[in-house]
Amino acid sequence: MTQLLLLGDEALAQGALDAGLSGCYAYPGTPSTEIMEYLQGSREAAERGVHREWSCNEKVAMEEGLGMSFAGKRAMVCMKHVGLNVAADGFVNAAVTGTHGGLLVVSADDPSMHSSQNEQDSRFYAQFAMVPCLEPSSQQEAYAMAAHGFALSERMETPVLVRLCTRLSHSRANVAVSVDKQPMKELDALNEMRGRFVLLPVIAKRNYVRLCEKQDEFARLSEESPFNRYSDGPDRSIGVIATGIGYNYLQEAFAGACPHPVLKISQYPLPKRQLSRLLAECRQIMVIEEGMPLVEQMLRGPLGDGGRTRGRLTGDLPRTGELNPRAVAQAFGLPAPALPAASPLVKMRPPRLCDGCPHANSYDALNEVLKSRPTSRVFGDIGCYTLGALPPYNAIHTCVDMGASIAMAKGAADAGVHPAVAVIGDSTFTHSGMTALLDAVWENSPITVVILDNGTTGMTGGQTSQAAGHMENICAGLGVAPEHIRILTPLPKHHAANVEALAAELDYAGLSVVILRRECIQTLRRKK
Amino acid sequence: MKKDIVLAGVGGQGILTIASIIGQAAVKQGLNIKQSEVHGMAQRGGAVLAHLRLSSDAIHSDLIAPGTADALIAVEPMEALRQAESLHPQGVILANSRPVANIGDYPELETVLAALRAYPRSLVIDAEAMAAAVGSARAMNMVMLGAVSPFLGMPVEVLEATIAEAFARKGPEVVAANRQAFAAGQAAAKGI
Ligand SMILES: Cc1ncc(C[n+]2csc(CCOP(=O)(O)OP(=O)(O)O)c2C)c(N)n1
Ligand code: SF4
Repeated sequence: MTQLLLLGDEALAQGALDAGLSGCYAYPGTPSTEIMEYLQGSREAAERGVHREWSCNEKVAMEEGLGMSFAGKRAMVCMKHVGLNVAADGFVNAAVTGTHGGLLVVSADDPSMHSSQNEQDSRFYAQFAMVPCLEPSSQQEAYAMAAHGFALSERMETPVLVRLCTRLSHSRANVAVSVDKQPMKELDALNEMRGRFVLLPVIAKRNYVRLCEKQDEFARLSEESPFNRYSDGPDRSIGVIATGIGYNYLQEAFAGACPHPVLKISQYPLPKRQLSRLLAECRQIMVIEEGMPLVEQMLRGPLGDGGRTRGRLTGDLPRTGELNPRAVAQAFGLPAPALPAASPLVKMRPPRLCDGCPHANSYDALNEVLKSRPTSRVFGDIGCYTLGALPPYNAIHTCVDMGASIAMAKGAADAGVHPAVAVIGDSTFTHSGMTALLDAVWENSPITVVILDNGTTGMTGGQTSQAAGHMENICAGLGVAPEHIRILTPLPKHHAANVEALAAELDYAGLSVVILRRECIQTLRRKK
Repeated sequence: MKKDIVLAGVGGQGILTIASIIGQAAVKQGLNIKQSEVHGMAQRGGAVLAHLRLSSDAIHSDLIAPGTADALIAVEPMEALRQAESLHPQGVILANSRPVANIGDYPELETVLAALRAYPRSLVIDAEAMAAAVGSARAMNMVMLGAVSPFLGMPVEVLEATIAEAFARKGPEVVAANRQAFAAGQAAAKGI
């Protein structure tokens, strides 16, 4: 054993490496990004030849991981929670095909939306796809769950979802790391039983029955899981279910000595045996879970249970946002220190575009063009440039999900909005803007797609961007007329020329693409 | 031994450098650590925060409950006030007095500093000027680390050795500047 100081993300990555990982596939997204970055920086991973390049989006990553599993090797697919929406088709169907080499699908949730559009809870996806879910409560568990998850996946021929949360992903702790490393699996892709990967109805129906049959075994494995634990307590007026990092807050609230029976859950489906005992022995149940009230709602049932089950739905814990030790202490009526009123001197300090950011010059030019076109609407997207929604730019009217800018602009143009402008970053474009652009090409939709090409995935820290160096070729290849593909340099000295070019394309009654290209100053600075 | 420390600042000021040196030193001391960090905003200039917990016993929560922190280190004065509710009534505030006034409605600086000085145990210092005086304004973080060092329950030599290791790659002059900055902060904290 050696001791390392690792983020939850890094602990999982190291655990996967030590468990014989052959390939990691991921698209960046807070708070999951550091899993892949750790593997990319790992000498050990380099020496073993572990695949660790970014993918274009989460769906692609999911399917690449499934391909590696098909070939008999251990793969891990990583994303932020909303990435699982993108990967959902592959994920849900991988449960039906089943897996061969161990397959971990890691989804990092962001309750409180520190850096996200919503606070969806990935555990619902595991339930929906009918696969096991692991939810570590500590960095050490995150490390150990990689090997456990791979073994579970291989034993049951199922993908396993690993659910992380911001406070574990981005918190560093001492982790005891094994010195024995498992070897990587041998290539094994020529086995006939791989016929189950062909989801024709006749095979899929069989597979689905098999998946349903696995459920009892999944539940039994949860009962035996080293990560689920029942600890008795003298005060049975209330029993506690604490999942994932909710368990830590419970321990903190009672200084490690909770007087109530506690069922700690870090592996799903729910362990029935322990759960029955808790329900039989305790009058009320307090459910402490990070994210959405999944377990609480299951226990309450559709009609409620007269207040027996308590948690986020009963107001004992906050309905939204991440948990914290104070909220959990208060749920049990424990004394919490009175807090001083917030000082009126403290003002909001939102993040801003970096000084010298190319997006600032792009918005300056775009805003000047829009000033004289009051009927215009600008459909934004996700990235550093979303800050264009805030002052001083106030330049975009929507930001929904990655790639939505182009598709929404087209839909709005179909409804009569003119000029309809999409503003999208280069990485977001290759993530899921290209297919929408193809629709716009097909109908020659009168929209202008402004691609802010800074050569990187800036928002998440400057990861690779697959269009770097050939964005105009991609657009031309998709069928955009070459005379309506413009490449501009967002710099103050080109402001007038950029305004003129943008104005011409906005006024053109067909599809145009304006590529504003200048490198992100953060990645530029790092190269020096 | 158990210490809960909150670090606050503005994106780009490098509060994680301070946290990381304390963390490495704590590992050398055989302590348990949990350090919750704000990641994910490449953009500069937003409010940032880290929670650092050290203990000889097991640490449960990654977050420090409000009203319980032993020390608050803020490299920006308004950010010190923003996080002041995290502090235990007997906790210490160590704040840099240099504002990052990148917002239109930044409050009057003197009022902010006065509010900080009004806390029973607080130290407000111009860490940048102190760092510049011993060689490098960029060592401002090490002045802040020096100022908090008496409250960490750790031998100063361990912290000094960790600083030396952290900056070794950058050459002996950088190491020396950072160690002097640390000493300056340490001296300033005498008597809180
Ligand atoms: C489905 C999904 N995956 C990942 C993210 C996280 N994310 C937000 S923006 C972004 C990339 C932005 O890159 P780019 O479009 O090039 O813009 P830049 O930040 O460089 O300006 C990522 C990875 C997300 N919000 N949604
Ligand atoms: S990280 Fe790059 S793209 Fe993002 S705001 Fe800074 S300069 Fe702009």
